[in-house]
Amino acid sequence: MSNQSIDDAAAVRFVFDEARLVDERRLDDWFDLFTDDGRYWMPLTRGQPDGESHTSLFYEDKLLLRVRVERLKSPRSFSQSPPSYCQHVLQQPMIESSDLARQAWVVRTPFIYVEAQADEQLVLAAVSWLHLVALDGRLRIRLKKVELLNCDAALPSIQLFP
Amino acid sequence: MTSYRNDNAAVLNLVRPQAVHRDVYVSPEIFELEMELLWRNTWIYVGHDSQVPTAGDYYTTEVARQPVIMIRGTDGLVRVLMNRCAHKGAKLVSARSGTCEAGLLRCPYHGWTYRPDGSIRTIPVRSGYDGTGFDGTTAAKGVVVVHNVVNYRGFVFARLSAEGPSFDEYFGASLSSIDNLVDRSPSGRLEIAGGVLRYMHDCNWKMFIENLNDTMHPMVAHESAAGTAKKLWAGMPEAVPKPMAIEQFLPFVNGYEFFDKMGVRLYENGHSYTGVKFSIHSNYSAVGEYEKGMEQAYGAERAREILGEIRHNTVYYPSLTIKGAIQSIRVARPIAHDKTLIESFTFRLVGAPEKLLQRTVLYTRLINAPTSVVGHDDRHCYRAIQDGLTTDGNEWVSLHRNYVPAETDGMAGDYNGTSEVSMRGQYRAWARFMSGGVADGAKS
Repeated sequence: MSNQSIDDAAAVRFVFDEARLVDERRLDDWFDLFTDDGRYWMPLTRGQPDGESHTSLFYEDKLLLRVRVERLKSPRSFSQSPPSYCQHVLQQPMIESSDLARQAWVVRTPFIYVEAQADEQLVLAAVSWLHLVALDGRLRIRLKKVELLNCDAALPSIQLFP
Repeated sequence: MTSYRNDNAAVLNLVRPQAVHRDVYVSPEIFELEMELLWRNTWIYVGHDSQVPTAGDYYTTEVARQPVIMIRGTDGLVRVLMNRCAHKGAKLVSARSGTCEAGLLRCPYHGWTYRPDGSIRTIPVRSGYDGTGFDGTTAAKGVVVVHNVVNYRGFVFARLSAEGPSFDEYFGASLSSIDNLVDRSPSGRLEIAGGVLRYMHDCNWKMFIENLNDTMHPMVAHESAAGTAKKLWAGMPEAVPKPMAIEQFLPFVNGYEFFDKMGVRLYENGHSYTGVKFSIHSNYSAVGEYEKGMEQAYGAERAREILGEIRHNTVYYPSLTIKGAIQSIRVARPIAHDKTLIESFTFRLVGAPEKLLQRTVLYTRLINAPTSVVGHDDRHCYRAIQDGLTTDGNEWVSLHRNYVPAETDGMAGDYNGTSEVSMRGQYRAWARFMSGGVADGAKS
């Protein structure tokens, strides 16, 4: 398989598979989708140039992602009692750029994200930009950037991964 | 159900030296009285003057739930205006910040315009007011100006009430924490930078404020966040430098002894800071050329003195909390008895390496964001208190830890870090203002 190139259709399908892992709380599998230098970024402002000198909602490298994923397994994650559940409702992903020779894609996907905990439910609208690369014959995430529609609003806790 | 309005004694009965009645958190009526008596009569943080660098720049927020505009005038002064058109009362500005067109505030409804000092510049077809009795009214003076405003080294505070303690009387020596934050800039200048995190809490504002100098909670509430980070890093060889995020997480799960020895210093009127001797920020790695730049700016001895002061949280009761050692602030905006907006800002130390801005940006994201694993557990606990306090059988909240009767003679001083004395100090001030009293140290 490793020599077989991955096509655009596979990159689009990946977007659905990725969201499903989060929604099913298969977070170790989701974590493994990121490259070693992968990042999960949710900017705090529209058009924010970077996550180093400007605060973000998420700007997680793999270490910080690991902290989140492991924390959610802890019985002492008090804010997760009762646990939160989430659902991504994806619009058709569109290939923004595709470099089949280098096996690299950018896929843009508008979506609605619902996070529920007990009697409360939070609904967010966002656009994700998945920067994908193929490593050893499978797609991996170099960057997942999530642009929240109301990124500058006063928000309650967002505990899972939009 | 007790009615507190017009019953001063009932309000005072809510506060004992070492306990408070649940109604201070759960009663909507007490909340209304707090807005009228505590939040109007004390000095509330409005904003930082770097948010309005040039004439005509404005920043909008709320003081005691009333919308206000912080605006810089053509004379360079930063004023605080009520965000209300003198005519029919429309909020003049709805954007959170900006620059007013042609240097004037203009009402979107009938086009009345105002100078940044609040005075009326134009009313369309002004002749319509001739002989109507309009001249001489409050409206004719323009937008209501908050007269009691102090810009302390860039930090703008307002007291809405005409009478009350002066700024210096109210804050006194607690201002040393703002001093230390400003002094940490080699140029002596700070700039708000890096964005504002706005985190909505479904709890009473006091739960947040009290928590800032509650040092018995981090190792419990934050075990899942900081403890997990500690475990993940545990296998790493000593030689591998700790990433900044790990440096910032780890001290949250330090033991009781660490937090106790850190110490807490109390001032009158509810102000306090933890980290008298050291704090969770003490062991951060040095940042590049920063110390050298500080020595050049202040001289070696003074620079050491400034950087040796590594305070944890300072509470400027009731609205502002600051972390001088990493140049960040959190501002409490009460909305209802069970709803509070917490806004977190970070500063650039003008003239210092950009890495310091990046450090505070990382910290505030890890700790203060709506997406923060530390913040999640704090907020969960606050809401759990809000719900738990509605139960019958025990209407009192214990603040006994390390209480000594001698405290009541005057609370200013140093105490062990895990004492609940900072909360007792806050309620002492609370009771005084809620009963219409004056600040300690104020002339009667």
